[in-house]
Amino acid sequence: MAQKEHAADNPRSAREGVGRRRVLAYILAAPTLAVGVRVGLDAVDGPVAEAAVPSPPQPEELFDLGDMQNLAAAPTSGLITVRVHSDGTASLAVPRAEVGQGMTTAVAMMVAEELDLPLDQVRVSLADARPELLMNQLTGGSNSMRSIYLPVRTAAAAARQRLIATAAHQWRVEPSELTTRDGVVAHGSGRSASYGSLAEAAAGTAVLPVAVQLKDRSDFTVLGTSRNRIDALAAVTGRKKFGMDHQVPGAKPAMVRRPPTVNGTVEAVHNADAVRRMPGITDVATIRHGVAVRGETFGQCIDALRALEVTWGPGTVDGESDGTVLRRLKSAALPMVVPPLLTKKIDAEFTFAFASNSPLEPDNAIADVRADRAEIWASLKVPIVAQREIANRLGLPQKAVTVHVVEGGGSFGRHLFHDVAAEAAEISQKMGKPVKLSWSRTDNFRQGRTHPMCLSRVRATYALGQVLSYGQRHTSAQTDFGHGLGEMITSTAAKLPVVGNPTFAETIFQLTQSTPYDFGVTTQLLNEVPLKFNTGSMRNIYSPNVACARELMVDQLADRMGKDPVAFRREFLKDRRLRAVLDKAVEVGEWGRSLPAGVAQGIGLHAEYRGAVATLVEIDCRPETVNRKVRDGVTGPRVTKALMVVDAGFPINPRGLEAQMMGCFNDGLALALTSSLHIKDGIPLEGSWDNYFYTRQWNTPPDLRVVVMPSTSDKPSGAGELGVAPAFAAIACAYARATGRLPTSFPINHGTLAFEPLPLEPSTPQSPTDGLDRAF
Amino acid sequence: MPSHTFKLNGKRITVEAEDNVRLLWVLRDLLGVTGPKYGCGLGVCQACTSHINGKAFNPCSVPVSKVVPDDEITTIEGLPATVGKDLHPMQEAWLELDVAQCGYCQPGQIMTAVAKVRQASAEGREIEDADLDEIRNICRCGTYTRIREAIKAGAKNM
Repeated sequence: MAQKEHAADNPRSAREGVGRRRVLAYILAAPTLAVGVRVGLDAVDGPVAEAAVPSPPQPEELFDLGDMQNLAAAPTSGLITVRVHSDGTASLAVPRAEVGQGMTTAVAMMVAEELDLPLDQVRVSLADARPELLMNQLTGGSNSMRSIYLPVRTAAAAARQRLIATAAHQWRVEPSELTTRDGVVAHGSGRSASYGSLAEAAAGTAVLPVAVQLKDRSDFTVLGTSRNRIDALAAVTGRKKFGMDHQVPGAKPAMVRRPPTVNGTVEAVHNADAVRRMPGITDVATIRHGVAVRGETFGQCIDALRALEVTWGPGTVDGESDGTVLRRLKSAALPMVVPPLLTKKIDAEFTFAFASNSPLEPDNAIADVRADRAEIWASLKVPIVAQREIANRLGLPQKAVTVHVVEGGGSFGRHLFHDVAAEAAEISQKMGKPVKLSWSRTDNFRQGRTHPMCLSRVRATYALGQVLSYGQRHTSAQTDFGHGLGEMITSTAAKLPVVGNPTFAETIFQLTQSTPYDFGVTTQLLNEVPLKFNTGSMRNIYSPNVACARELMVDQLADRMGKDPVAFRREFLKDRRLRAVLDKAVEVGEWGRSLPAGVAQGIGLHAEYRGAVATLVEIDCRPETVNRKVRDGVTGPRVTKALMVVDAGFPINPRGLEAQMMGCFNDGLALALTSSLHIKDGIPLEGSWDNYFYTRQWNTPPDLRVVVMPSTSDKPSGAGELGVAPAFAAIACAYARATGRLPTSFPINHGTLAFEPLPLEPSTPQSPTDGLDRAF
Repeated sequence: MPSHTFKLNGKRITVEAEDNVRLLWVLRDLLGVTGPKYGCGLGVCQACTSHINGKAFNPCSVPVSKVVPDDEITTIEGLPATVGKDLHPMQEAWLELDVAQCGYCQPGQIMTAVAKVRQASAEGREIEDADLDEIRNICRCGTYTRIREAIKAGAKNM
């Protein structure tokens, strides 16, 4: 790490360290200027990326024959391409998903910066599945900014260089005499040309490799400044198109009647013909986990699926409930190290309920499957895996399946999987018609992916003012990594700093979990119980639970050792960036200020993705607050003030980063206090947003502030998931201090079922008819 | 098939649909008006919130037969026209504060916000935190703080 920072901060040493390797791009043969950069090879965030840190090139170093020969032979597949068009705009189809995280805005900023083009002249779209990109088309692990920061900038910088070279050639002047600004190349003589007017002349006629000089951070005018989202106007006018807003000829609404247990199967459908004759209905087809109906409107699909009479076969977890899963976890937990004599120890055990990663937009996909080809439209974070698996399921070659990535109304881990796209393809194939499939809200909660229940046991030993050991044994119902991350690990297994032959899950656990404190002998281990729930990541994988348990234990240790939680953390922290965000939080959040009984502050720290966050909250646990009444909602303790202090390395767009932190906070709040799934006899009981209590306006803090720390690096850290863990932890710690009781089961209201479950059959409830009575 | 006539975003329209089809599907599937979003179909998430005669309501919970010819339905697409501008002040506030994340809930949030502010002003008062706490619209991205700030800012220009 020290070496990397050195290289990043000091161009000269970076150059010396990497010899002749430089950031490279290719001018492509195209009607107007197009520049490609290999993503994943020239500029990933690994050892190779360090080699690619830009440094001001000396003339003799710009490019040599050897470079040319090497590169001419290199494949030009796997490129991401910035194009400059005759209208003066630039465009880029980025191989990532946009699900609200602001990726497209950040990418547009990278292009605008290096190209010297106004931000509103940059258009960013989402690339279709591109199998040749291998695992470089995966949106997850808060990695997008880290992995495409250099490639995108490189392509844009090369485009700018090429535009300058083109103008210089036309004007018979030296390129060094030219400047660029706002999409115009200018010469001191007063001569100027817009990018649009140069775009054709600058185009390549054959692939031409070039070396590129990137801007120095001190010259940035776009990156690092707060910008609004590029899709904000579309969002507020209703013009932004999500999956179900796309019109594909012949693709009519489709929905599915589902079994009363997770992954149940169909034994018999008794009235398919009668249902097919219902108003507006065109087709009925039995599929793997249900019976699909297709019709003129989704409303008529709901009527039809409810009218189906189906005999169901068993699901995959029929006998399981919260209690049975918890017993399995407890019996599978790995043993703790037995402490030596004469040391004191603290033991604690925390359980975390199943949670739903469902976005607000229900899972949906459009599929048009023909005899020899298929076309899919869906929000997919790993479209290549979707393409391959859908092709297999349909019996088509992979290249016969076109997968379009559409913008998603949230993801939170859900769109790492392509369950709904595969199901839409199956339905379209069986019906022989294009379909627009939407899961119902209830489907999303009951049959969709979940973050599995887990148990974290922690033991810390201490003596003479020192913490001697810290052990954490995390036991979880199995998390499904079948979305491609597993393959990425397999292909890079030899390079990873983990020993032995761990499972995917153990590898990911080891790669993501660490303790930022000097707590002596530290061991953190994962064990998984194989259970066939539909699982996946949920805005991070293990960290929110692991960190919540850890930070609660830190407070316990501080208490036992007679120290203030902040003073104790300062004493034991080994991460200087965490120390800095902690200090800032203490100052801005007025740690230790006087509060009434039943109200308390809490602090939570977490570092991951090369970023660091401190969260400081104040929670009100007084009866008059806890017992507030909201129709069909849960109230309980309220966080009245919250502060997120974030060090995201180089914050590309501080305003976007603030938004990420705000979202992370509200997710952490939900995990700590209100939102969970209750599993009963093989299925979650939750079926609506008035059952699954994600944070609502009456829960969110009226005062939430985000402080973005000044840059601590040349590179952005991950941010999308970074803030959930510290927020969750801070709220849990505050709750413990306000009530005087250590919470050990999360969310804290999980023990009470605060709603009347919707019927399991039919699987989707009928829509109400009294909407006008509630108009306001 | 029965036909239904009402005013939609300032224009009188007639559409053929079975009586019990909820207005949301008439708008989205038959008329191609996709600003109102489907988030639950249960009158819970509020993603489809639109206005009927100026009041906020959930089209997912109203059979089209309950909409009568004099009713004026306004979706997010028709909101700016209600003030005769390209954007409603609430939309401008939303842009100013860069509220949206994924954007899926935002049309419903804005339609709710406008109705909430009108409600408060009809009662002769400004919008307060207690009003904001009553808003039921889900924002699963969790941009609640910016929503609160934008409603207060937008209210000043309404």
